[in-house]
Amino acid sequence: MDTPVKTEVQTVYIRPTSFTSTPTHYCPGCTHGVAHRLVAEVIDEMGIREQTIGVAPVGCSVFAYNYYDFDFVEAAHGRAPAMATGIKRVLPDQFVFTYQGDGDLASIGMAEIMHAAGRGENISVIFINNAIYGMTGGQMAPTTLPGMKTTSSPNGRDVEQTGFPLRMAEVLAKMDGSGYIVRRSLHDPKNIRLAKKAIRIAFEVQRHGLGFSMVELLSTCPTNWGQTPTDALHFVEEHMIPAFPLGDYKVASAVADLKF
Amino acid sequence: MAKEFLEGNLAMAEASVRAGVEAYFGYPITPQTEILEWMSSRMPELGRTFLQAESEVAAVNMVYGAACTGTRVMSSSSSPGVSLMMEGLSYIAGTEVPCVLIDVVRGGPGLGNIAPSQGDYNQLVHGGGHGDYHNIVLAPASVQEAIDLTVLAFDLAEKYRTIAMVMADGCVGQMMEPAEMPEMRPIRRFGQEWATTGALNREAHKLSSIFIDPTYEELYNIRILNKWMEITQKEVRYKEYYLDDAEFAVIGFGTAGRIALTAVRAARAKGIKVGLFRPISVSPYPYDVVDELAKRVKGILVVEMNTGQMLDDVRLAAKGRVPIEFYGRPGGMLPNPDDLLGEIQHLVKNGNTLDGDPRLRWLQRINDGSIILS
Repeated sequence: MDTPVKTEVQTVYIRPTSFTSTPTHYCPGCTHGVAHRLVAEVIDEMGIREQTIGVAPVGCSVFAYNYYDFDFVEAAHGRAPAMATGIKRVLPDQFVFTYQGDGDLASIGMAEIMHAAGRGENISVIFINNAIYGMTGGQMAPTTLPGMKTTSSPNGRDVEQTGFPLRMAEVLAKMDGSGYIVRRSLHDPKNIRLAKKAIRIAFEVQRHGLGFSMVELLSTCPTNWGQTPTDALHFVEEHMIPAFPLGDYKVASAVADLKF
Repeated sequence: MAKEFLEGNLAMAEASVRAGVEAYFGYPITPQTEILEWMSSRMPELGRTFLQAESEVAAVNMVYGAACTGTRVMSSSSSPGVSLMMEGLSYIAGTEVPCVLIDVVRGGPGLGNIAPSQGDYNQLVHGGGHGDYHNIVLAPASVQEAIDLTVLAFDLAEKYRTIAMVMADGCVGQMMEPAEMPEMRPIRRFGQEWATTGALNREAHKLSSIFIDPTYEELYNIRILNKWMEITQKEVRYKEYYLDDAEFAVIGFGTAGRIALTAVRAARAKGIKVGLFRPISVSPYPYDVVDELAKRVKGILVVEMNTGQMLDDVRLAAKGRVPIEFYGRPGGMLPNPDDLLGEIQHLVKNGNTLDGDPRLRWLQRINDGSIILS
């Protein structure tokens, strides 16, 4: 029996237009690259590349601006929501998003993120929670799990001494200015697809002026966790998700009605 | 326009509006809060941006963001608030985006008090934030000058893509006197070719203060230093009073300079040939003019509302060629003209040494009771 031979070449996977061709500097197995790509795909699909201004943080994703082919600024540590506020307030019709890690958003930038949410600042925040400081070499983060070993909690995080992990999606969901606050994970393809959908919704929330939006993404740091990339993905599933449950923490009624 | 009876803070706020400021971000702090309050009604009324930030830290970073879009943007604060802004100012300097900051200086260090002071001189003129950069700093001595220098600050900030500051003390901010406002300028929106406004029909713009490769950071430092040297050549501003035939000179800026003028006039009435040199751009500092002055007078008295911060710059310019004495009122106190007249007479009589430290001589006279702080 003859097998039909396809002669046409179909494009099934391309580099998003919103990406530059710069190779990322991330470690093997790090999910920053996945998160970056999801944002780029969403911006391409919405056709808003020319209207978007990104705000990069301080941390491992400090060079995010090198990887995106649209306007980008680079904030001081933790100040991305304030910088984004300054941009959005003078360019209210443009799309403004921050991309922040857990040290940036939940530690040094706590005041800025809380007040951006409190004001209902019409920006979108992509929050990478990998429970550790990556760039400085694996110190304890505000999201480090109890008992987790880091270079500044070498015997494991002792909650008696250093307190408990901060659950930012839950905290920010309490703010009246928040329109859309969810937590997703990047540990497998299904969850990556769900994460992309959430990023799309966050940008749609911004398009429709429905308030502050944040997508928290549980992410890996194989290098500083001292794990293989595969083990790191399992660690997210087995340890991160129980501590940081996935879910929709705030979906304003106007957001639930969004059609796109 | 006709002269009006205006408070310094409100005058600087409205002058900013008329200079075409499109966005204001700030945080309340005495003695400059009237600027923020004025902007909170005036800016929305004109369809411009006003936002009260959660802190000076956030305010300066909002300024940073708006500045990156090429918007005419400003903030205002007072000493402790400006300390908090230093991180953001360093980033702004490292990104070469323009902004204006008004500092209505109060007594310090620490929480200090809300009285007029010039204790922020070093913080504004000689850095404050990390790394190598320079700010343009303009020091008004009257409400009219506060208006004019505020307008000028916007033009200089954009011309050189730099931070331009108005260093007013609480006295200039709070006092009322007749002054004339400029005409309202048209708004210039998004004319900056480097700005991040959305990459429509052009290459993407990236604005950042990072040069992770020190080779490039070094070149950046050299480039902005070259730019600063151009500013030091073109943007020095000062005023001279009675200096043509002067044998002695008083040097003071802002309110200290203005009070010194009264003392200089009183000294002239007593036949002392003394004049006043009042730097207006304290950064760039008029080193060359003070250098020339030092060659032709017999002695210099530096007067400040601090413990001698500008004194170091005067000494740098004078190169040890002329006796220098110092008189300061730190911590929120003002010099009074009678005391300054006494200091001028002291300079004429005893100002004869090129050695030692003028600050130390002043301190010893306080400690031994020959200067009464009243």
